[in-house]
Amino acid sequence: MNENLEAVIREICQKYANDSARMMDIVRDVQASMGGVSKVAMKAIAAAVGVAQVEVESVVSFYAHLSSESKGKVVIRLCNDFIDRMFGANRVAETFEKEFGIKFGETTDDGLVSLEYTPCIGMCDQPPAALINDRIVTWLSTDMASRIAKAIKEEGNIDKLNLPNGDGNNSHPLVNSMVHNNLREKGDMIFANFVPGAALKNAIAETPVECIKNVKASRLRGRGGAGFPTGMKWEFTRGADGDEKYVLCNADEGEPGTFKDRVILTEAPELMFEGMTVAGYAIGAQSGVVYLRGEYQYLTDFLNDVLQKRRDAGLLGKNILGKEGFNFDIRIQMGAGAYICGEETALISSCEGLRGDPKNRPPFPAQKGYLGKPTSVNNVETFCAVAKIMEKGAPWFAQKGSTGSAGLKLFSVSGDCKKPGVYELPFGTTVKELLQKVGAEDAIAVQVGGACGITVAPNDFDKEICYDHLATGGSVMVFGPGRDLLELAHSFMEFFEEESCGYCTPCRVGNTLLKRRLEYIIEGKGTPEDLIYMETLGNTIKHTSRCGLGQTSANPVLTTLQNFRSLYESKVKPSVDGLQPSFSLDKAVGLSEEIVGRKSIHHHD
Amino acid sequence: MSDKIKFTIDDVEIEAEAGQTILQAADAAGVYIPRLCANKNLTPHGSCRVCTVKVNGRSQAACTQPVAPGINVESESEEIKAYRKSLVEMLFVEGNHYCMFCEKSGNCELQAVAYRLGIDAPKHEYLFPSRDVDASHPEIFIDRNRCILCGRCVRASKELDGKNVFQFVGRGIHKKVAVNSDAKLSDTELAGVDMAVSSCPVGAILRKRVGFAIPVGQRLYDAKPIGSDIEASRTDK
Repeated sequence: MNENLEAVIREICQKYANDSARMMDIVRDVQASMGGVSKVAMKAIAAAVGVAQVEVESVVSFYAHLSSESKGKVVIRLCNDFIDRMFGANRVAETFEKEFGIKFGETTDDGLVSLEYTPCIGMCDQPPAALINDRIVTWLSTDMASRIAKAIKEEGNIDKLNLPNGDGNNSHPLVNSMVHNNLREKGDMIFANFVPGAALKNAIAETPVECIKNVKASRLRGRGGAGFPTGMKWEFTRGADGDEKYVLCNADEGEPGTFKDRVILTEAPELMFEGMTVAGYAIGAQSGVVYLRGEYQYLTDFLNDVLQKRRDAGLLGKNILGKEGFNFDIRIQMGAGAYICGEETALISSCEGLRGDPKNRPPFPAQKGYLGKPTSVNNVETFCAVAKIMEKGAPWFAQKGSTGSAGLKLFSVSGDCKKPGVYELPFGTTVKELLQKVGAEDAIAVQVGGACGITVAPNDFDKEICYDHLATGGSVMVFGPGRDLLELAHSFMEFFEEESCGYCTPCRVGNTLLKRRLEYIIEGKGTPEDLIYMETLGNTIKHTSRCGLGQTSANPVLTTLQNFRSLYESKVKPSVDGLQPSFSLDKAVGLSEEIVGRKSIHHHD
Repeated sequence: MSDKIKFTIDDVEIEAEAGQTILQAADAAGVYIPRLCANKNLTPHGSCRVCTVKVNGRSQAACTQPVAPGINVESESEEIKAYRKSLVEMLFVEGNHYCMFCEKSGNCELQAVAYRLGIDAPKHEYLFPSRDVDASHPEIFIDRNRCILCGRCVRASKELDGKNVFQFVGRGIHKKVAVNSDAKLSDTELAGVDMAVSSCPVGAILRKRVGFAIPVGQRLYDAKPIGSDIEASRTDK
């Protein structure tokens, strides 16, 4: 058995040239073939690629989709984010638990099924949704959950259910998915007609420096949310010392409530790949990597096929479009369930086969990025915008949108609205205008920018969505009358606690402390002092954390405290006896009671 | 002298060499900035965040941020001091620290920094985690209850001992230090004299049979607070 295991692992490692930088692919393949990456497997991988066993363990233990224990043949990962719970994820969970006779977090005794929860899988417009191995099922009902369970019990898969395919390329034979695009409003940018090669032709007619000048003139800023000027990033990367440079595409769309990249990857991958190729030309890179979140595995065959077609058409590979010496190719790197890998230096770590820990800056990726080489990391949508800028010209782009935020932007709208889905609108659109479009005039709150964004109250609905006012990488979640915003904040804090990489103290510990204090308040055990405590703690996390995750993770609490303070105030009351109501003596002595095997004689509360 | 970089920390002018971090330059000038994960023999880690300063108004870790001409570094402001206290308190409540009977007491950097910052009791709630102890090795034991995840052992083993005994596993609040074997420390290459052992700032990695050897009063931080050695070399006095 062990000999066989070692042979399989040797073969997998050889497939990736025994290169430890391809660790993500290696451990993913090992897990796919063996159901998990056991200690024995880790030892074999370590021997094959020449790293310490504990280094392999370090990687495997980091990613939610990887496990040292063997999982069931079928792993059901039910999305339990706030939106999915609003639309019945809890009932679906109960059904699965009843059908399989196990709880979430467990595997059936026969090794058939594991049930797990997962944060946002990019399907908030069709909730509740789940991953069944690599396959996505959406709009789950309890009936559907029962049918799925029955099929798995009978056949070991859900093929016989013949779930209807979604629209557009979701029905493409290489995608074959029930996911829907829900593309509600197309602007004249990302989803407009595009002839492959049109942008590249214009780009190579200019020098790389002119190309970058054009991107700068377009005033394009990063579409992932942080909003760094793309042209400047490229200029730094081009100007950095080094013959080898890289273009990385951030397709780790993990911000809760964001799913616009999913629709780009499904309907406009050519545009994205073309933008990456333009970047390759502009900064002088020969290789590009698309870092695709593990949840979007179902799109890889399709995307690889698009890449091959581009190679066949002379749009990738050597001497692209006949331009002597312009060589560029792209590979897809799969992630494995880690929100932090959307942070650009963590993304680089993961591409290098490491834990998804962010890196210390400086040096910045433009100087020292992927494999230590100058690297530009840009968002899926940013590359698409670049391609359109090359096709239509910088002024065409620059005149769209608002003063500080040029161009159109894709919004992923979900929650309590009539028409959830993707909207391509100019920057500067107000929350109110957006709510009218999506059919949600009665919203009591709108979450702009995802879990790390801002919970906006109705008196701020006149604010513009743009980098300078309400910034977002695309996520807009709408909450109607009756929704509990403290529970919303709590679900986001649970998310950050789960997704913190744990590298730095404030994010690792602070988020847990903040979440707990919020729980006391929700339970009615909070005092007015706790609100001040949460503000102080939140600001400490914000100002001392090492990367963008920690610097924004307290936002769910800080922005609801700011915009919905009365909700908190109605929950807290001063302590009557000067003691902390959140302290439970019963709980505090619980473990001791368990150890000595008898109840304490203290006065029970 | 032209290659010297001049900047200020709390309005005191500091001269630094190009390529130094703020922490290195401050140490050289005799200005103490509290820190836990940083150690002058190891690559900067930037994880504990206790050395957080403001550089031209922006928070940065002094241990990873390079000096630049004319920067204005704020280190002992009320705001920064409050952050540092909060961070050190987080490290206390995250683990299970029992100074009163810990062998490292008096020589412990976490304890010493806490005293220096004036922490009497943490304002955060104790998390009381359940953590492992590994005493399998004949000369050394690990008590993860007292680990602050500074990564010094990870770096020292790699950078100074030329081994790879320790590495982080897990993530978030569940992150911990693992050893390079199937389970036990005794199955690793770790030796009692390794720098990975002596680099531990707290009582998480300890040599056996030497506990409490130094009497109270003669321990490292009994007479003077941590950082006094750095401040002794202060140049602008």
